[in-house]
Amino acid sequence: MTQLWNFGGGVHPPENKRQSNSRPIRAAGLPPELILPLQQHIGEPARCIVEPGQKVLKGDVIAQVGNGMGVPVHAPTSGRIERISLEHVPHPSGMSDTCVVLIPDGEERWGELVPHPEYRKLERDQVLALIRQAGIVGLGGAGFPTNIKLRPSVDRKVDTLILNGAECEPYITADDMTMREKADQVMTGLRIMAWLLRPERVVIGIEENKPEAIAAMRQAAEGSKTEIAIIPAKYPSGGEKQLIQILTGQEVPSGGIPADIGVMCQNIGTAVAVADAILQGKPLISRVITATGEALAEPGNFEVLIGTPASHLLACAGVDKQRLSRLVLGGPMMGYTLPSPGIPLIKTSNCVIAASASELPTPAPEQPCIRCGHCAEACPMELLPQQLFWHAKATEFEKAEHLNLFDCIECGACSYVCPSSIPLVQYYRFAKGEIRLQRAEQQKSDRARVRFEARQQRLDREQQEKDQRRKDRALAAVEAQEQKTADARTMVQNGTVADERAGKSALVEQALARKKAKAAAASAERAEPSTQSSEEAPLEALASTHAERIPAAEPVPSIEELEQQLSQAQAKLEKMQSMLEDARSGKAPNVDKLERAVDKNIERVRRAQRAIDDAQTTPQQA
Amino acid sequence: MALVQQSSPHAHRARPTSRVMLWVIIAAVPGLLAQTVFFGWGNLINVVWCIALALATEAAILKWRSKPIGFFLKDNTAAVTGLLLGLSLPQFAPWWVSAVAVFSAIVVAKQLYGGLGSNPFNPAMVGYALVLISFPLAMTTNWAAPAGLWQDAPGFGETLSAIASGQQTAVDGWTMATPLDEYKHKVDSHTAAEITVHPTFGSFVARGWEWVNAAFLAGGLVLLALRIISWHIPVGFLGGLVAMSLLFGTNADQYAPLSLHLLAGGTMLGAFFIATDPVSAATSHQGKLIYAVGIGVLVYLIRSWGNYPDAVAFSVLLMNFAVPFIDYYTPPRTYGHHKARRGLPTRKQG
Repeated sequence: MTQLWNFGGGVHPPENKRQSNSRPIRAAGLPPELILPLQQHIGEPARCIVEPGQKVLKGDVIAQVGNGMGVPVHAPTSGRIERISLEHVPHPSGMSDTCVVLIPDGEERWGELVPHPEYRKLERDQVLALIRQAGIVGLGGAGFPTNIKLRPSVDRKVDTLILNGAECEPYITADDMTMREKADQVMTGLRIMAWLLRPERVVIGIEENKPEAIAAMRQAAEGSKTEIAIIPAKYPSGGEKQLIQILTGQEVPSGGIPADIGVMCQNIGTAVAVADAILQGKPLISRVITATGEALAEPGNFEVLIGTPASHLLACAGVDKQRLSRLVLGGPMMGYTLPSPGIPLIKTSNCVIAASASELPTPAPEQPCIRCGHCAEACPMELLPQQLFWHAKATEFEKAEHLNLFDCIECGACSYVCPSSIPLVQYYRFAKGEIRLQRAEQQKSDRARVRFEARQQRLDREQQEKDQRRKDRALAAVEAQEQKTADARTMVQNGTVADERAGKSALVEQALARKKAKAAAASAERAEPSTQSSEEAPLEALASTHAERIPAAEPVPSIEELEQQLSQAQAKLEKMQSMLEDARSGKAPNVDKLERAVDKNIERVRRAQRAIDDAQTTPQQA
Repeated sequence: MALVQQSSPHAHRARPTSRVMLWVIIAAVPGLLAQTVFFGWGNLINVVWCIALALATEAAILKWRSKPIGFFLKDNTAAVTGLLLGLSLPQFAPWWVSAVAVFSAIVVAKQLYGGLGSNPFNPAMVGYALVLISFPLAMTTNWAAPAGLWQDAPGFGETLSAIASGQQTAVDGWTMATPLDEYKHKVDSHTAAEITVHPTFGSFVARGWEWVNAAFLAGGLVLLALRIISWHIPVGFLGGLVAMSLLFGTNADQYAPLSLHLLAGGTMLGAFFIATDPVSAATSHQGKLIYAVGIGVLVYLIRSWGNYPDAVAFSVLLMNFAVPFIDYYTPPRTYGHHKARRGLPTRKQG
């Protein structure tokens, strides 16, 4: 007897399995057209490699994948490619996606099949490649490529391989019937997986409410080490995390995968697909789907070609369109409603419920939450659904996340028991969606900020380089001028210049050049962000130019020049004084500077005045 | 016909709030019957009066708030508030005391906070505490004497007219101090043996009261069996009370004995029907236990050292204050996590 553990929470909804498990699996046959979405798996969509009008054989690859995650799509029967177009695909949003539409020719002619009964002689990677090439994904619902799942990274050795035959959700009996009728194929598939993974323990978990399936699997597993574990019926015991806890007593760490604790779960249907792919070379072109609900005269399980529209399956089961009120793909706890029966059934579809209005009545209007806590008792993840709801409704996403919103598996147990008929799962999906959106936006704005900062740095650097170049140029100019002045002086002293006026003008030019250089340097300094503020700098420049001028003219004082300088200095002084007045009345911060500048100018005017007096009292040299 | 589009799950258990509340009302019937048998018609009249008043007040304020009246009245929560007040108030409380209690419960404690589900305090206990503080005379002198001790027992009509007359105090011969009151006021100067000769204690613990409490206990067990309430709050409440009594009050000459704490006053009504109001109680199992133990401890503290002989209303309200705090520090450990995430979310940088 296998030791079992219990998981917290869980509910016991009416099973409603008898309706569909009393008839053997029937073939749904060929529909008028098959609609094959290019993406029926997690990963990148397959690339279509056929063209409209092209003839294909049963099992031919019609869409291939590159090196990324994904699996090819095959033609479920022989026929002609009608079109490649956007069609409604099974998705909770009711979205459309690229599909290949195939018109069957009715001949069911197979392409070439390459069986590998001696798979144990192959390399493991070769077998994994065969599984990938057969288009196999997890048939439980998520559609994760099986070849990738069967090859966990080296640090995640799988000790326990679990085959999930719990099928805890009401109405669905596809795995139940598969185990009853294809027990040997299930075991073969399981053996192939076990050969790939080399686990220490292989266990098939089946809920106690499937005695026939348990008997069939026991018989098929006779003589092998595979354990058949009979687990108590409680929804959601077939949830991956819950089944792992039941069978191993271990919990999958939050945010992790089962392989982190050395466990892997595989689905019954996946095992059959793996067996068919390896032993017969058949790709995944059909699966067992439950068609049930009160609107069907003959509910049961059907072998359905991938891409068959739901309407065809319903017709096979004798649908009464008058009674049909709701079409659910999946079970009544986690499935989603289909907007129309024309939507194709794909690799991950396990059940179609054609419910009458009385069977799945529209829930009563939402009432306020009274925090009765029934949801918390039902939650298999031991969350606080009432608090999550409260925070989700108030859009306090931080608090919802803090209460482990993202550990919610959306099993619907909380909504099922809610006496106020609050669509709790809907609120959690909303909150998760909003948080994901916020994260994406945060990421986007982070990236934008990094880009902006980089640009800003680049611009600053360029500006600095520019300023540096300007400064260098100004310095070079000053040096050149000094050189020139020195030359002129030597020339004057040596008497090489015949005309004294030429020498004088050279000196004047020299002074002007100095002034220019100073102004250039000052403006360069002004551009430097670290130096004085722009409103102070021109005053300094103004003051310094005049300060330079007077001594420069000193060696050759002519009265006219001096008078000119005096009047200029006086004009400047007046201007500055008026500026100072303005600054004082406006309480501007540069009053100090202005005062100092005015003082300097007063001094300058005085000096100019003195120079004129001197020039007038002493006889001119010239 | 267009196909119904609905979010999962599609299946629902059929046990709406209205039925949960109806079960609460049904489970209180044995207690009400015991009250009627041992203390006369007063409680029954109060219950009917309070429920009628609660429904009328709720309807009026829903209309004023432009909310659907039928939709909310049918959830039976206003009826439960009226019921709890009717069961708790003294048998001969004048009609206007009940009216003030019901009005403050429904209007102030419930609807002004946003209606069902949004009230931080237990509405019935807000109403009860308010009238207890405001009208101490009417709230302490109107307790009916247990059956058999009545001089000239009042019939239904006499009880009704006593309540309807609006007199602060009822006929002296009909009323008697409650056992808890009697014990509290005599324990300082008398021994236990001297106190319990008073007829209110009867031959067992507290005449009449013991059966009323037993009946509420039985009704509470029904609620537990139906999983309408979880065991955490009743067990925590009674556990806290028992623990305090064993710690401090083993000497019956100094403190009321444990048997009196459990079987007199509003203990069982409080533990199974009042403290279990989910809206104003803590959330997680651990939180519920802390919340309920707190109520039990406070009940003992107030009964033993406070000014009031009984203390369920004050204790429940005080612990209601603590609920948000308790909730932040008692979340369960989620599957796949090493430990529970206590406290508030820490703000991320930036």
